Amino acid sequence: MQWETVIGLEIHTQLATSSKIFSGAATVFGAEPNTQACLVDLGMPGVLPVLNREAVRLAVMFGTAIGAEIRRRSVFDRKNYFYPDLPKGYQISQLEFPIVGPGEVEIILEDGERRIIGVTRAHLEEDAGKSLHEDFHGMTGIDLNRAGTPLLEIVSEPDMRSAVEAVIYAKKIHQIVRYLGVSDGNMQEGSFRCDANVSVRPLGQEELGTRAELKNINSFRFLERAINYEVERQIELIEEGGRVVQETRLYDSDKDETRSMRSKEEANDYRYFPDPDLLPVELDDAFIEDAVADLPEMPDVRRARFEADFGLSQQDAATLTGSRELADYFETAATIGGDTRLSVNWVMGELSAALNKAGLDIASSPVSAGQFGGLIKRMADNTISGKIAKEVFEAMWSGDGSADEIIDARGLKQITDSGAIEAIVDEVIANSPQQVENYRQADAEKQPKMLGFFVGQVMKASKGKANPQQVNELLREKLSG
Amino acid sequence: MHNNSITQLAEGLRAGDFSSVELTRHYLQRINQLDEGLNSFITITEEQALAQAEAADKKLTAGEGGVLTGIPIAHKDIFCTQGVRTSCGSRMLDNFISPYDATVVERLSDAGVVMLGKTNMDEFAMGSSNETSFYGPVRNPWNLDKVPGGSSGGSAAAVAARLCAAATGTDTGGSIRQPAALCGITGIKPTYGRVSRYGMIAFASSLDQAGPMAASAEDAALMLQAMAGFDQRDSTSMQQPLPDYSATLNESLQGLKVGLPKEYFDEGLDAGVRQSVEQAIEVYTALGAEVREITLPNTGLAVATYYVVAPAECSSNLSRFDGVRGGYRCDNPVDLEDLYKRSRSEGFGEEVKLRILIGAYVLSAGYYDAYYLKAQKLRHLISDDFKQAFEDVDVIMGPASPTTAFGVGEKSDDPVSMYLSDVYTIATNMAGLPGMSIPCAPVGGLPVGLQIIGNYFDEARLLNVAHQFQQQTQWHQQLPEGV
Repeated sequence: MQWETVIGLEIHTQLATSSKIFSGAATVFGAEPNTQACLVDLGMPGVLPVLNREAVRLAVMFGTAIGAEIRRRSVFDRKNYFYPDLPKGYQISQLEFPIVGPGEVEIILEDGERRIIGVTRAHLEEDAGKSLHEDFHGMTGIDLNRAGTPLLEIVSEPDMRSAVEAVIYAKKIHQIVRYLGVSDGNMQEGSFRCDANVSVRPLGQEELGTRAELKNINSFRFLERAINYEVERQIELIEEGGRVVQETRLYDSDKDETRSMRSKEEANDYRYFPDPDLLPVELDDAFIEDAVADLPEMPDVRRARFEADFGLSQQDAATLTGSRELADYFETAATIGGDTRLSVNWVMGELSAALNKAGLDIASSPVSAGQFGGLIKRMADNTISGKIAKEVFEAMWSGDGSADEIIDARGLKQITDSGAIEAIVDEVIANSPQQVENYRQADAEKQPKMLGFFVGQVMKASKGKANPQQVNELLREKLSG
Repeated sequence: MHNNSITQLAEGLRAGDFSSVELTRHYLQRINQLDEGLNSFITITEEQALAQAEAADKKLTAGEGGVLTGIPIAHKDIFCTQGVRTSCGSRMLDNFISPYDATVVERLSDAGVVMLGKTNMDEFAMGSSNETSFYGPVRNPWNLDKVPGGSSGGSAAAVAARLCAAATGTDTGGSIRQPAALCGITGIKPTYGRVSRYGMIAFASSLDQAGPMAASAEDAALMLQAMAGFDQRDSTSMQQPLPDYSATLNESLQGLKVGLPKEYFDEGLDAGVRQSVEQAIEVYTALGAEVREITLPNTGLAVATYYVVAPAECSSNLSRFDGVRGGYRCDNPVDLEDLYKRSRSEGFGEEVKLRILIGAYVLSAGYYDAYYLKAQKLRHLISDDFKQAFEDVDVIMGPASPTTAFGVGEKSDDPVSMYLSDVYTIATNMAGLPGMSIPCAPVGGLPVGLQIIGNYFDEARLLNVAHQFQQQTQWHQQLPEGV
C-alpha cells in the first residue's frame, strides 16, 4: 500500500524582549541560575502578572508579516498542571482567543514547486523554568531564569506531506521571525523549538490518521530525522496489523528514535480558564499601526526584487535572502560595487568561506558590507585582478584598511599600459625559446592550454599586476607570429 | 485612649497629649491582656511597632505626617508584610516570611501607621466563622462562645475589642461585611479594582477586594483614603480618580433614594435581625431619604454561582503551594508525586481542600461548560440585576448577615448552612460593587449589621450614608463587656 504522511508543526519561538512577559526581570540567556527571576517569576504568594507591551507588539508584527488576522481582543488563560519548574502551578497562555488568527506562508520545495502552508494561529504564552538533573546527587535543581520568558507559539495546519517539507516550513518561519527581529531564533539556546504532529494515511484517503506528537526537537536536522523515524514506525505498525495510538513521543537524538512519553489517556486535564489576574488584551488601530510601522521587507518580496533588480537566478536570490543580515550585506556590497555577478560570486565564495573558516556569522564579519563593496568596485573597474583582489581581501580581513588604501599602500594597481605589458611579454618570449618552439608546432586545440605557461611567466614578472586579458591577447598575437 | 476615633487620636498626638509610642504601648498592653481569650492575632510585631511609633513621633514633633501618622493598626494575615510571617491562616505558610510588602501595607506605611501585628483569619480566607484557621478559632468579643464571622474575623474582633485603632480586611464573598456585622464594627468592601490586590494572597482573584475595618465610617474613610488608588502592579486595579472620602461625610441625605431588595427580607432572615434593620431604615427616612422596595431577582442564584467561581479560581491560585520552593514541605518525600501529595494534604486544612476539589472538578474537561461557563453567565445576570436597580435608586440597603453571630462549632460540620450566612453579601462581589456594613440595634446582646450597597466607585456616598447614620445613633460606640 502507498502511504501519505501528514505533518503539522507547533513552533515555540522566544520573543526578543528585554524583560519577561509578565514581570520586569531580564531575559538574557546564560545567567547564573535563579538570578533573573523576580518575585513574580518565583510565583511568590500575592504577586500579580502585568503584560509586557513589547511582547504584544512583536506578536502583532509576526501576524501582520504572514498576512494573518490580528485579533482586536485576545484573552490569557491559565493552563493548570504541576511541575517543579512551573512555579505557579499553571502556565499563562492563550487558548480560545489567541492574538494572531489564521494566516499562511509560502514555501518552495526542492523541485521548485511552490506550496502554501496554513498557519492556524499564533498565541502568546510564558515559558517555564528548567529542571537540572545533573550535579545534584540524586536531587533535582530548579533554575527559574527562563520562567516567564515570552513565547509565541505558532501552530500550522496539517499541510506538510514529508519530513523535508516540514523542515522547509520550519526554516521559513525561522527566517521570518529573524527578518522581523521578533526572535533571535537561536536553537541551541532554545529560542526556537519545534513539536511535530505526525500521522500517516493510505494515499487518497481523506480522513486523517491518528497522530503522535513529537517533542524535544532542537534542530532542523533532528526534525527531519524524528519525523522520518516516526513515519516508518507508524507504517510498520499498521502494516503489521497494529494501531497508532494518540500520544506524545519524545525524540532521542542519541538513539535516533522516538519513544512514548504519555498517552492521551494519561494526558493532563489542563483545566484551562481565563486568567482573572489579566484583563483581555484590547488592541486599537493606533497600536497596530505603530507596531507594523517599520516592518522590514519580507524574504519573499526581497527575493523577487533581487531577481528583478539584480537579474539573479531564483536559486541565488533565495540563498542571498536567506537571512536579513546576508541580504542587507549583499545589497549594500552590490550597490557600492556596481557589479552584480562579481558581488554574488564574491559574497557566496570568498566571503562565505572566510566566515565559515572563522566560525563567524555575516553580522560579525570583520569586513563590512561597505568595505566589501569597495573591493568589488575595484575589480569591476579593472583596477585589480581577481587574484590580487584575494590578497586585498585577506588584508581587509586582517583590518589593514579599505580596498583602496591597501591597493595604494602595496602598489597593487593593475598594469593596463599596453606598452609596459608588451615589454614584459617580449622579455618572456625572448627568455623561453624552447617553449615558443613547442607552442608553434603544437595542434591548434592544444595551444590554449600551453598558453598558460606564458601567462604565468608574465604575471610572475609583473608581480600579478598585469591585466590578464591584455596579457592573453598580446601573447596569442606574438606567439602566432 | 482606645475609645477615641482616629481623628481624635491624631489630634491627641499633635497636641502632645500622648506620643505614638505611648499609644502603641497602650494597644500592645490591651492585646496582651485581652487577646488570649479572643485569639484575634496570629503574630504580634511589638518591636517593629515600637520602632515605627518612634519614627512617627519624630515626624509629628517636626510637624510632619498626616492624620494616620502614628496610629496603631493591624493587618489581616493575608497581606504580605516584609520580614514578617504572612501565614494566611494556614499551616502551608506557617514558615513564610514575606520578602516584600503588599501595596496596601506599603501605602498605609507611607501614610505613617504603626503595625501592631497580623490578625487571624479563616485559612486562605475560606470560611465565614474564622474556625478554619490553622491558628485556632477567633472568639467574638461580645460573647466568647460565638464566632466573630469570617474570614476577616481576627480584624473584626480586634477592632471590636479596641485592640487596634483599625484593621485591614479582605472580602471575597462577604469576608469584611459579615464579620463587621457580627462584631458590631464598620467595614467597607470597595469596588473591585479600587484597592490594589498586589501582595494580597489570592483566594478568588476576580472577587477579592481589600478594605478597612474600623470603629466608624469616619475612621474607615481615613483608612480607605490611604489604601485606595491605581497600582501598576495590579492589572485589574482601575485608573479612577480618588475622591476625598472625608470631605463628603456630612452631606445631607435629603432625597436619597434607598432601595430595599425584597429578596433580602425573605424567610431566611432572622426576625430579630429584620426588626433591627427596619429600625435602622427608619432613621434614614427621618433623615429625608426616600425608601422603596426593589427586586434583585437573581439573588437566589448568587451562593451557588459563587461556589463554582470562587473554588475554580482558588484551585488554580493555590497550586503554587506545592512544597517545591517554599511553604510547608512534607518530611522525607520518596518522589515528586509523594512530595506534592503529602505537602498539600498536610499543609492545607479541610475547608481549603474541599474547595480545591470543587474547583478542580468544575474546571475539568467535560464539566467546564456545565459549571464554570454557566456560572459566568449567571454572574452577568446578577450584575444586570444591580445595574437595573441603580437606575432607580442611589443605594441599596438590607441586612449584612441573616443572623447574629452563631455559636463556635455550630455550623462547622454543615458547609451549606455556613455558606448561606453570606447569602446577602456574595452578590455584590459577583457584580464587583462596593458594599458596607455598619452596626445597628443589637439583638439578644449580639450586634447586627446594616448593609449598604452602592454603585461602582461610589464609596464616598456609602461612607457619607453610613456616617450620617452614625451621627444619629450610638450603636457603633457600644463596646462589648470587659472592653
